Amino acid sequence: MLAARSATFRVGTKSLVSDVDLTLEPGRFIAIIGPNGAGKSTLLRLLTGELKPTLGAIDLDGRTLASYEPSALARRRAVVPQATALSFPFTAKEVVLLGATVPGFAAPSEHIELTASECLRTVGLLALSDRLYTHLSGGERQRVHIARALLQLAVAERGASQPAILMLDEPTASLDLAHQGVVLGEARRQARNGRAVLAVLHDLNLAAAFADELVLMNRGRIEARGSAAEVFKDELLSRAYGCDVRTNTTPAPGMPFVLPHAHRP
Amino acid sequence: MTSEALPARVRERRSAHRFSTGQLIAGSAVLLAVAAIASLALGPTGITLASLPRAISSALGFSTDSAAAREQLVLIDIRMPRTLLGMFVGASLAIAGAIMQGMFRNPLADPGLIGVSSGAALAAVATIALGNGIAAPILQPLGVYALPVAAFVGGITTTGLLVMIAGRHGQLMVGTLLLAGIALGALSGALTGLIAYASDDRQLRDLTFWSMGSLGGATWPKVFAVLPFAILITVMTPMLIRGLNGFLLGEAEAYHLGVNVERTKLIAIVVTAASVGAAVAMAGIIGFVGIVVPHVVRLLAGPDHRVVLPGSALLGAALMLVADITARLVVKPAELPIGIVMAAIGTPVFLHLVMKRGVGGVE
Repeated sequence: MLAARSATFRVGTKSLVSDVDLTLEPGRFIAIIGPNGAGKSTLLRLLTGELKPTLGAIDLDGRTLASYEPSALARRRAVVPQATALSFPFTAKEVVLLGATVPGFAAPSEHIELTASECLRTVGLLALSDRLYTHLSGGERQRVHIARALLQLAVAERGASQPAILMLDEPTASLDLAHQGVVLGEARRQARNGRAVLAVLHDLNLAAAFADELVLMNRGRIEARGSAAEVFKDELLSRAYGCDVRTNTTPAPGMPFVLPHAHRP
Repeated sequence: MTSEALPARVRERRSAHRFSTGQLIAGSAVLLAVAAIASLALGPTGITLASLPRAISSALGFSTDSAAAREQLVLIDIRMPRTLLGMFVGASLAIAGAIMQGMFRNPLADPGLIGVSSGAALAAVATIALGNGIAAPILQPLGVYALPVAAFVGGITTTGLLVMIAGRHGQLMVGTLLLAGIALGALSGALTGLIAYASDDRQLRDLTFWSMGSLGGATWPKVFAVLPFAILITVMTPMLIRGLNGFLLGEAEAYHLGVNVERTKLIAIVVTAASVGAAVAMAGIIGFVGIVVPHVVRLLAGPDHRVVLPGSALLGAALMLVADITARLVVKPAELPIGIVMAAIGTPVFLHLVMKRGVGGVE
C-alpha cells in the first residue's frame, strides 16, 4: 500500500520532513500527532503526491507515486485539506458532487446524487444540502469537504485488490465536541471497512480514542509510534511539545489521556 | 415594482433559486438569435430585413439593379460580417473572462483588468506600426493573420508572465497576480502610447479609435481570419470544464480530485490568449464583457463551469451585439466606440461586485 521510505523534504537547507518511514495499511487508522511545525502536514502532502520528496521515496503498491496520473491517484485516495478557500457560490451538495466530477469518473448520475446525499447525511449536513457553501459556518464547511472526500472514494472505480486511502489534515480543527466524534467515528468506520486512514490530529485525546496507531512527530522526524499507551509517556510528550504534560488513564475502559500541566504559583 | 412582489423575490434569493443548465443555455440562445436578427435589421441607412431576399439574389448574381446592389452592400457585405465578428468577439472575451476567473479563483479576474488585453493590444499596435517597416519580412507572409497572430502572442506572453510571477509553490497568489497584472498592463499601455507618439496624425486617429474598441471595420476576410481561432477555442474549452471546477477549490484540491493541474493551466492560458488576442486584433480593447457576463451567468445558474462556459459564450455574443447596435444607433450617422458603451454597462456591475465581495473574492 502507500508507503514513505526514508522520505526527506527540504526547502533550501531546512528539512521539514527527515528520513520518515511510514506505511498505510488497509483497515488501519493512523493518527499523526506533534507540535506546530513538526512536519505533520508536510508529511501528509508528501503522501498525497502534492509534494515530491527531496530524498527517499513515496510508493503506492510498489510504484513511485510520481508515476501515477492524477486521475489514477484520485481513484485510490481522497484528501480533506486543512482549509479550503472557496469563494464561488456553490451549494453544499454541489461541493460534495465535485468529488465525483473529475476526469476518469462517470458523469453524475442518479446513483452519484444519492451517494452524495448519503455522504452529507453521514456528516450530519443533509438538511443543509441546498444551502450556499459561502453561507455555512467554519465547522459546516469542514464537514462538507469530508463528505466530498467520502463521495470521491464511494464512486471511484477501483479493482478489488486496490483498497482506497482517506487522508485528513486536522479534520476536527473547527468542529464542536459532538461533530469531532461524528467525523473521527466515520474515519474509524472507513478503516473497519478496509480502507487505509491517515489523519493529522491536534487533539491528543481524540487521537487516542479513535486511532489504531499514533505517530508522534517532532522537528520533521518520527519520535515515537504505537498505541496510545505506548506513546503517552510524560517525559516523551513533555519533551516533544516543550511543555509540562501529565498522562493518565480513565477509570472504566482504561483509556490513556493527556492533561497539560499548569504551573500555578 | 409592487409591494406584493417583494416577499416572493426575497424568498427566491434565500433558497438560492437557479435556472437549470438547459434553461440558461436555451434562454441565452434565444436572446442571441434576437440580437443577431436585430443587428442585421437595424442601421443608419434604414434598410431592413425585408430586403434580405433581394440582397441575397444580388450577391448570387441573379439581380443587377442598383437598389439591390446597395442592399447587398449594406446587408451582406457590411452588417453580416459585423454581426458575425461581434458574436465572435463577445463570446471569446466572455469565455476568456470565465476561464481566468476559474483559473485564478477570483471573480474579478478579467483579461482587461490584469493586462492581458493590453499585452495583446501592444503586439497588435506594434504590428500595425511596423508592418510596412522593419517587421515586414516576418509579417507579410502571414497576410490577414498577422494581426490576430501577433495579438495572440502578446496575450500569451502576458498571461505566461503573470502565471510565472504570481505562482509560488503551486498556488497562484491572487494579490500578486492583480498587482503584477496592473503593472504589466500599465507598461504595455505606455509602450503602446510610445508607438502612438511616433506615428503620424492619420495612424494616430486609427489607433485611438481602435484602443476604445469598434466593430466598424468588419469585413468577410476578417471573419475568415478569426475562424481558426474560433475553432481552436470551441474545441479546447470543453476540455477545461472539469479542471476549472476543481480549481475553484484550490490547485492542491484539484490535484487531489484527479485534475492534471499543469495541463489544465496550459490549455487555459492558450485558450485565453487565443480568445483575447483574436478579439483585440479584430475589435480593439473592449473591457468588462469578461467580468459582467460570467458574473451574470453565475448569478442565474450557479458557478459550475458546465453552464458558465457555454452560457458566457452565448450571453457574451448577445451582449456584444446589443452594445454594437447601441453604438451605431445612438449618434447616427456617426458611431460611438463600442468600448464606451460597454464601460457604461460594465462599470456599475463591476462596482457592485467589488462592494459586495471585496477584491480578494472573499465575502
